[in-house]
Amino acid sequence: MNFMGYVRPDGKVGARNHVAVIPSVICANDVAQAIVGQVQGTVGFFHHQGCCQLPPDLKRVTDTLIGLGCSPNVGAALIVSLGCEGTDHERMLKTIVKTGKPVKIIRIQELGGASRAIQAGIDAAQELVGQISGLQREPSDLSNVVMAIKCGASDTTSGMASNCVVGYVADKMVDLGATVVFGETTEFIGAEHILARRAANKQVADKIYEIVERMETRAKSLGCDMRKGQPTPGNIAGGLSSIEEKSLGAIVKSGSKPIQGVLEYPEMVTTQKGLWIKDSPGREPEILTGMACTGAQFMMFSTGRGAPQGFPSMPVIKICGNPNTFDRMSHDMDLNAGLIIKGEKTIEQVGEEAFQKVLCVLNGEMTKNEAIKYFNSIDIHTLGPVI
Amino acid sequence: MSLQLALKINDRDNVATIFANGIVLGSEVEVRDKQGKSEKVKVLGDVPFGHKIALKDIHPGEEIFKYGEEIGVATKEIKRGEHVHVHNLDSMRGRGDLKGEAVK
Repeated sequence: MNFMGYVRPDGKVGARNHVAVIPSVICANDVAQAIVGQVQGTVGFFHHQGCCQLPPDLKRVTDTLIGLGCSPNVGAALIVSLGCEGTDHERMLKTIVKTGKPVKIIRIQELGGASRAIQAGIDAAQELVGQISGLQREPSDLSNVVMAIKCGASDTTSGMASNCVVGYVADKMVDLGATVVFGETTEFIGAEHILARRAANKQVADKIYEIVERMETRAKSLGCDMRKGQPTPGNIAGGLSSIEEKSLGAIVKSGSKPIQGVLEYPEMVTTQKGLWIKDSPGREPEILTGMACTGAQFMMFSTGRGAPQGFPSMPVIKICGNPNTFDRMSHDMDLNAGLIIKGEKTIEQVGEEAFQKVLCVLNGEMTKNEAIKYFNSIDIHTLGPVI
Repeated sequence: MSLQLALKINDRDNVATIFANGIVLGSEVEVRDKQGKSEKVKVLGDVPFGHKIALKDIHPGEEIFKYGEEIGVATKEIKRGEHVHVHNLDSMRGRGDLKGEAVK
């Protein structure tokens, strides 16, 4: 089955054709924002990392920004460097250039400060937009697609309606040869034995237990009960009583296919097919970044309480399991799985609607959050302290 | 008042989730399972949309099951029909406060 996508020089196929403006460090955000505000066809990744962090985190931030630049929805990239940051902006440039896409870099300190950098950045971004904005979509097989999955602001309808629909679409995408990636390791806690049973082999099962133990140890490190951190106060108000209950509902969104392996947070999908896990936290700004740098062209995002945000370069399809929330927030929700809770539709019926929506979005239809640019608060998940 | 529905997901479950608004003390809900069997339960207190009630009496320390899996342990005596939530259910995971005794 085909969708209409932008074929990149490295063979990947995008569902969007953005010029990505990538600050290599938080200190370059204001310049990057000014460029994005002025130049049509650009999106910016305004994260908060990139300096005064331990070397493994600096590498992680560099790798993540490289992943965002290499992702197929990005047609060209402009790196905005301060000049003295801890991330490796030269490696960013060299690696993204290897995709064959046009890439430029500006350095704020070298150019003589913010206003000069903004001017140079606008000129550079304008040129990049000129180079890629005339690209035409071409028929491309769905096996080129990486689908990301996430649930956020969940309640008890998530595990019984919207996550079931996402699982239905995930299974269908795997059958069509695509790659599907889910994450939120925190929300495996209490359900890891079920995921491990679905592992393709023993190594993958062991790895699932390992990442859950790593995440739980981190959660316990402050010596308190993690409840209120996970599940969140909103989850609790929605009826979820424990992380175990939240996890058992959350894993439903991964469908029923065998789990092929575990990707680290900044890892990109290269040749992997089928269903994969990305080791990641549950919080939106960090996991959405992790999924976009995987190379996902879109995300299906299930919610019950009503999580509205998306991601700059990756369309996020919101599917709401709670009929009350859908009625209140229909301008933020793309699909209504609340009709399952009301008994008016089946999981399969909403699943087919969701699959049609996926095809439309891959072909260019904007999601609700994309249309109103509700996607700027993003971040990169790091492990160590800021020093 | 019209009958309100609650769902029991797995045969092993000792709680059901109510997907109805306006459930108050004395409301009667019809709990349905996957096989289509149903039982009526009188609700002992106000229960918000999407929250759980006990399907049988649950004693302190007893495991609470949903999806056929353990979601926590009762901290108090819970009567059939009572709201089951953070006030009478403890999570057994991510418990940094339990100093290494955390039940895996």
